Amino acid sequence: MSNQPIIVSASPHVHSDRTSKKLMYDVVIALIPAFLVSIYVFGIGALIVTSVAIASCLLFEYVIQKYLLKAEVTITDGSALITGILLAFNLPSNLPIWMVIVGGLVAIGVAKLSFGGLGFNIFNPALVGRVFLLVSFPVQMTMWPTAIENNTTVVDAVTGATSLGTIKEGLMAGDTMTEISTRIPPAMDMLFGFTGGSLGEMSGIALLLGGLFLIIRKVISWHIPVILLITMAFMTGIFWFLNPEQYANPLIHILSGGAILGAFFMATDLVTSPMTKKGMVIFAIGIGIITVLIRLFGAYPEGISFAILIMNAFVPLINKYFKPRRFGTKIKSKIV
Amino acid sequence: MPNSILNSILLLTSLGGIAAIILYVVSKKFYVYENPLIAEVDELLPAANCGGCGSPGCKAFAEKLVNTEDIADLFCPVGGNDVMKQVATVLGKDVKEQDPTLAVLRCQGGCDVRPKTTEYQGPRNCAISAMIYSGETDCQYGCLGDGDCVAVCKFDAMYMDESTGLPVIISDKCTSCGACVEACPRDIIEMRPRNKRDLKIFVGCLNEDKAGIAKKSCEVACIGCSKCEDICPKDAVIMVNNLAYIDPIACTLCRKCVEVCPTHSIIETNFPPKKVKKAVPKVETNVKSAKSKTDA
Amino acid sequence: MLNPPNQKPMLKTFPKGGIHPPENKITSSKSIKKMTVPKVVYVPISQHIGIPSEIIVDRKDKVEIGQVIAKSGGFVSSNIHSPVAGTVTKLDKIIDTSGYKKQCIVIRTDAKNESNFQNIEYPLKTNIELLPEDILQKINDYGIVGLGGATFPSHVKLNIKKGTKLDHIIINGVECEPYLTADHRLMLEKSEEIIVGIKILKTALHIDKAIIGIENNKKDAIEIFKKLTKNDDGIKIAALKVKYPQGGEKQLVRAILKREVPKNGLPLDVGVIVHNVGTIFAIYQAIQHDKPLIERVVTVTGKTLENASNYWVKIGTPIKDLVAEVGGLPEGTRKIVNGGPMMGKAIKNLDVPVTKGTSGILVISEDEASRGEQKNCIRCGKCVFVCPMGLEPHLLMNLSEKGLYEKANFEDIMTCIECGSCSYVCPSHRPLLDYIRFGKSIVKKMNTSKN
Repeated sequence: MSNQPIIVSASPHVHSDRTSKKLMYDVVIALIPAFLVSIYVFGIGALIVTSVAIASCLLFEYVIQKYLLKAEVTITDGSALITGILLAFNLPSNLPIWMVIVGGLVAIGVAKLSFGGLGFNIFNPALVGRVFLLVSFPVQMTMWPTAIENNTTVVDAVTGATSLGTIKEGLMAGDTMTEISTRIPPAMDMLFGFTGGSLGEMSGIALLLGGLFLIIRKVISWHIPVILLITMAFMTGIFWFLNPEQYANPLIHILSGGAILGAFFMATDLVTSPMTKKGMVIFAIGIGIITVLIRLFGAYPEGISFAILIMNAFVPLINKYFKPRRFGTKIKSKIV
Repeated sequence: MPNSILNSILLLTSLGGIAAIILYVVSKKFYVYENPLIAEVDELLPAANCGGCGSPGCKAFAEKLVNTEDIADLFCPVGGNDVMKQVATVLGKDVKEQDPTLAVLRCQGGCDVRPKTTEYQGPRNCAISAMIYSGETDCQYGCLGDGDCVAVCKFDAMYMDESTGLPVIISDKCTSCGACVEACPRDIIEMRPRNKRDLKIFVGCLNEDKAGIAKKSCEVACIGCSKCEDICPKDAVIMVNNLAYIDPIACTLCRKCVEVCPTHSIIETNFPPKKVKKAVPKVETNVKSAKSKTDA
Repeated sequence: MLNPPNQKPMLKTFPKGGIHPPENKITSSKSIKKMTVPKVVYVPISQHIGIPSEIIVDRKDKVEIGQVIAKSGGFVSSNIHSPVAGTVTKLDKIIDTSGYKKQCIVIRTDAKNESNFQNIEYPLKTNIELLPEDILQKINDYGIVGLGGATFPSHVKLNIKKGTKLDHIIINGVECEPYLTADHRLMLEKSEEIIVGIKILKTALHIDKAIIGIENNKKDAIEIFKKLTKNDDGIKIAALKVKYPQGGEKQLVRAILKREVPKNGLPLDVGVIVHNVGTIFAIYQAIQHDKPLIERVVTVTGKTLENASNYWVKIGTPIKDLVAEVGGLPEGTRKIVNGGPMMGKAIKNLDVPVTKGTSGILVISEDEASRGEQKNCIRCGKCVFVCPMGLEPHLLMNLSEKGLYEKANFEDIMTCIECGSCSYVCPSHRPLLDYIRFGKSIVKKMNTSKN
């Protein structure tokens, strides 16, 4: 026998090797393709904003946990890293660095640690950071650098609006969709990411790749992203069908703005999404509807961040009312 | 301009007036009569809400005291006889005086005398580890050391001794509410009378195993040798299942049993240190009187 | 059979939840060996669910092999027979699987008595001569209990109230626990006897349909039974998808017959009775060869064991004898589990005896024995997805940690089958099942005091 005493513990005695740390790093891996695309089109600015966001999130987590809360420091669990990347992905690549740092402070300090840290936050930290910046610095937050293939410029000279912004402005000015559609990039460019917008949200294909990886690795289930996108397509489809001159078609809506990033990476955040499949469906439908309403009728051209935050607030309620069916209850009579 | 000022004043005043009328009507309509005695008795109680009396909270106990005819069986362990006497005068009922009690720990099996033979992994909670097995040591009667008793104590009267892994009861703070007795899955905490000057003699072990097995698992275990039973002049020691128990009522605190116990499993507390030679009686009385002064 | 040979038939399984841990069935090709007769056996009197048996022997009594040494202590109880011929040396308290000292009958094996070492090979006996009542009586007399792990006395399970509609017997050959292969080997080596055993039960209960449920990782067993039952319409084989906890009664009935046992109900409520293959074989031996339940198949296994194998072990054999049989504990062993890794109990020392419920001994080494460090719940919902009973383990753990037992009861904590899937998948290593089990025990106490 070995020198150490034998261990006694309750069953089960084996454990899956999937730890929360591994889940977190899977998410990081899934975000890499989109990150590469953004460096390709936005150049060094994307790299700077992302590294500053990550560094500030990690630093604030460390400082607050160590000196303010005097608690165990958990910066290695990967959650602050993801918050940093996702925050950067939701920012324009030419945002002043100090603003990125403020965003990191709000995301980690306000949205995460003041609620009790990982697992206790109600709202998605990265989104809280982004929305805080959007509300506080609306000018800088909506000055999007234009995407240039194989971008090597250090300072982005050309800035412009996103596709959604162009559509909104055009419609407000009384133009029809046919006129506006000449001013926005074609759908294929949107899919591959050669369009203006936040750092990580433009390349649909890269994000889909990452999302698929997460679903295959069972980090997230397909329910939220798929149903969210279907709801959005359905809602925008109805309006488009009624009046194609006043409303953009569903394809533009799904491929532009943060729809795909939001659907696969922001709405599916484990902590702030419902825990049951039924709940996830409700949650995704809610986000889809609110997003479309904000996009079509609200003041902002893009609404998925607000929609996710609003639905985040409903998650505890959803968890309470949409429970899995208990085994042996509500049986359809099948007894022979 | 003056008109708008007047308007706002009028509006707010009338709003306030309406609200006041609603409040008045509602308070009259939904008024619930409560015996004023209950509030009075509640004032007297210690407001610890510990549940030691058997009622959920002091208010409930006050209600019970007021509404029960014969309150001789009811007792507030925290407030003790003083409070109960005051309650009795307020209510004009009789109470029975009870001896004040104190929680004592009937296990001395610290890390140094009771070796750990296994390692427990799981929630650090006596109730849960007790469900799985008999504990990390070979003694299945003694303290599990996960501190459920400390967690339930509302009076900060207990703490875990890091060096022994056993809980310690701070006699001065213990209100004998009995929460720890309830919480302990091993029933090693016992309520014993708080004698004058807090002198106590009790067996610090609950091991019912046979001598050899008990001794092997813990150096200070009661091995059931019956020496204490034989020497006790008052027959206060009872032997059941290889285990001695000292009846607190019959015990006269003579301390004869403490000396004969081969495993030192009988605990004496708060006695003045024994002199090796015959103690000079004068000195002892001095110590005693000094102690009783501090007690009072 | 309707499927063309090339097309893979859809395997049956239960729909909600479940996990697939690494199977690690190391011993599935090792045939069952006879274990050396132990010098001393420690027979606990409480080996089954229900009332402990009453000891009817005394110190220094000579006992014969198969003699009743403790008789049933009530209706939900069982007889216990001496596994060896020898002398009762003492009636002592020994730590058993529960982790506490329990009353045991200690018998020293008589080395001169030949009956201890005889290796009787019973010939297959297929004709059933007894009447149904006599069959049930014999099952009671010979101390048969459920050998799947729950050790529920079989005669109680078979004692069916008149008027209960039963149409299927399901034979549980699933063995969904990783590592264990005792039932698998038994099905391969005693398949004909098991078929007779099923027929005995069918006669006793007047049921004409029986289905043997076997997971698809035991293809050889499925083949053998399919061959044996080719001309028999009354016994069917159901190949099941490999998924834990399919061996749970409720999950198995759902998987095979698509019938869902109602909450707080029994398989009886949907016209089904479930028995483990081991129990069926024990019933066969009791009825056809008058052999009481004094030995069972035990898988002794572990990644670090060189000679891991399956054994016929006498009830009451100390686990240290079994470990010695496979060459002693390997260096670095940190945990010894009585049963499978998902639902077995870690034992405190090697003196614990094998009981009627011991299906395996699992030796776990250093690197797998320790639990991971508990982290915050990240609300990923994995525990909810894998729970086969449709519960919310994270919620139940929270409620019982905070002492909100009434609410936990309302959230159906009592329907938990303690399969451990939630604790298995939790990425934050939270002790979900530990707290749920604790909550269950409190709620149970609450409910009994209420009634």
